[in-house]
Amino acid sequence: MEEKQTYTISIYSENNIGLLNRISGIFLKRHINIESLNVSGSEIENVSRFVIVVNITESWARRIVGQIEKQIEVIKAYYHTDDETIFQETALFKIKSDLLFDQRQIQNIIKESHSEIVTVSRDFFVIAKTGRRYEIEALYDELQPYGIMQFTRSGRISVSKERMDISTMLKEFQLIN
Amino acid sequence: METKTLTQKQEKKETTMRISGAEAVIHCLLAEGVDLVYGYPGGAIMPIYDELYKFQDKLHHVLTRHEQGATHAAQGYARVSGKVGVAMATSGPGATNLVTGIADAQIDSTPMVCITGQVASHLLGSDAFQETDIVGISTPVTKWNHQITSASEIPEVMAKAFYIARSGRPGPVLIDITKNAQFEEFDFSYEKCTGIRSYNSKPEIEKSKVEQAADLINKAKKPFIVWGQGIILGQAEEELKQLIEKAGIPAASTLLGLSALDSDHEFNTGMVGMHGNYGPNVLTNECDVLIALGMRFDDRVTGDLSTYAKQAKVVHFEIDPAEIDKNVKTEVAILGNVKESLQRVLPLIDNNKHEAWHGEFKKRYAIEFDEVIKNDLHPEKEGLTMGEVIDQINKASEHKAVIVTDVGQHQMIACRYAKFNKTKSNITSGGLGTMGFALPAAIGAKMGDPEREVVAVIGDGGYQMTIQELGTIFQTGAAVKIVVLNNDFLGMVRQWQQLFFDRRYASTELVNPDFVKIAEGYHIKAKRVSKREDLQGAVQEMMASEEAYFLEVKVEKEDNVFPMIPTGSSVSDVRLS
Ligand SMILES: Cc1ncc(C[n+]2csc(CCOP(=O)(O)OP(=O)(O)O)c2C)c(N)n1
Repeated sequence: MEEKQTYTISIYSENNIGLLNRISGIFLKRHINIESLNVSGSEIENVSRFVIVVNITESWARRIVGQIEKQIEVIKAYYHTDDETIFQETALFKIKSDLLFDQRQIQNIIKESHSEIVTVSRDFFVIAKTGRRYEIEALYDELQPYGIMQFTRSGRISVSKERMDISTMLKEFQLIN
Repeated sequence: METKTLTQKQEKKETTMRISGAEAVIHCLLAEGVDLVYGYPGGAIMPIYDELYKFQDKLHHVLTRHEQGATHAAQGYARVSGKVGVAMATSGPGATNLVTGIADAQIDSTPMVCITGQVASHLLGSDAFQETDIVGISTPVTKWNHQITSASEIPEVMAKAFYIARSGRPGPVLIDITKNAQFEEFDFSYEKCTGIRSYNSKPEIEKSKVEQAADLINKAKKPFIVWGQGIILGQAEEELKQLIEKAGIPAASTLLGLSALDSDHEFNTGMVGMHGNYGPNVLTNECDVLIALGMRFDDRVTGDLSTYAKQAKVVHFEIDPAEIDKNVKTEVAILGNVKESLQRVLPLIDNNKHEAWHGEFKKRYAIEFDEVIKNDLHPEKEGLTMGEVIDQINKASEHKAVIVTDVGQHQMIACRYAKFNKTKSNITSGGLGTMGFALPAAIGAKMGDPEREVVAVIGDGGYQMTIQELGTIFQTGAAVKIVVLNNDFLGMVRQWQQLFFDRRYASTELVNPDFVKIAEGYHIKAKRVSKREDLQGAVQEMMASEEAYFLEVKVEKEDNVFPMIPTGSSVSDVRLS
């Protein structure tokens, strides 16, 4: 049996309505849970970048990327292991303001975790932390005893260590056609 | 469509006119060479139907009796003509009724464009009367789909729809058009789509792969070809034949590849798969090089993958990159249009004969003949077999007919025994196995090539799933021949119950109506036979008819289809009884 591991699937696509539905359907059809999903602009104008994290075997990753690339609006898709990418997540913590002033300890936690204060209001303040999942989880554990009013974490964003040659591919298209 | 100008390459044509979105749809269809559409009207698509009425001398509309019938007719039309089939429906129930046919077209790679009406865009998402999210519903079963909410999008999206449906690995596309977009006026001009930057419909063929493939084929001692529908879709019938003859390779077809090579060609060893022929199935596990041409190693072809052709080096010619190494690991994969790939390979192929190896297939055929074929085609028992009906159709049609089959035992028997001498003659629902497919698909097949004789072979179960299309036959005068092989059972399911569920025939027995009277109620000539001595005459009379004709044949109730590879078994464990 082939082992499952974390794969980051990166998709470059046209920015079209409905594509998210098509892509998520490919995972749904195979009963694969998406651990994290992020969609944003990319280095190329009008080209979107999906970053999807899943826990699957390599042969599944290969086949799924094949099915994703088959979608008309998808320009190119890749899969990478954690070692092959540089990746981050961002989390926001909302905490009662009085804690910031009454509990010195919290200020130390913020400093030591290299997180930053995004905003402070009379009632609450917000801390942002960017890093690996375990770093965010560690911060969460540290802040938990003080009471977290709200917590949210973004999907993984990642860039690959190797080149992803989308610009060249797009140029070739302009030439062929 | 934020990035459309960047993404889509078009042929320029500089005439504009101010027309409604609905009229624009008609002009787009005409520009794409469409002269026939199947469909069913309703509130949300009425503006388009009104234009169809105005343009009826240029664009013929066939009113089916159900939207599912419209999709299957469009499929039959597409499969026989090689053109894109078009089906239309209104929003809501009209649109959802299309879904079965769309799913069928998707899995069987049939080029089709479906157009649905939709509620006005200001009502979208409000659960308005007859609103359904057909774009969401059809997403997993379309090659592409899109919703249009303003008339100005129509030309570009329609051009893209036709390009996507017919290029690369063909498939169905659905375009949903809101009612306001149909009414809106805009300056229309049409440009055909010739490429989409994110979609490579014509992969570059790699020279090194061509050479490796030729080398493997030349060195093979026991090469074996399995071809699929890709040969028909890619119009590579001649190249297939040249390869077979030059390299002396025995070949077999998948269910959907049938008719690409003459049934009587000396190297044609029949059909592979669950109910395929004994020789090609068994010898798949003995060949040294397996050459797969335009086929996708469907599980009904391979049986248990862990034992499938393990000894063989696999060479796969395929247009869809996602199919390569999906089910079966290849030694060499040539990505590209199979016609072009074969043209590149052919000059590198050595002349060969492989006589002893052909002998292996002949030996297996002799076994299959004695144990199965003889009893199917020349039975000694009293009851009529499905096989002898197909045999009579072969004789009366001189192998020239288009055979359209439904799903079940009769389908497997017809595909096993029907003889073809012309490509695009076998129309059946392969990947989805859709009962109710044949009657409407036969209508489309007849309209796709009116010169050809079209015979639909249908079971008593599947016939009643779309029997309403007899109305379409009567109204249009489509001269299809309908043969219902009546065993008073959902035969194929009954066979499985017999073999794998200890004969517990749960809900498979059918109490049927008088099919002859029903056909006659639709003013279609009809006859029933139940005796062997009447069969030949009845089939001849049917084939001689200039009009549509219905023939019911009462066949043996509990006959089974063999050979058979039970699900999950190895292809070499094929059962003969
Ligand atoms: C729409 C649909 N429903 C159910 C099935 C499952 N099914 C496959 S074959 C079959 C029996 C077909 O019976 P009939 O049409 O009488 O043909 P026969 O097998 O007797 O030739 C059934 C129910 C199917 N393929 N399609």
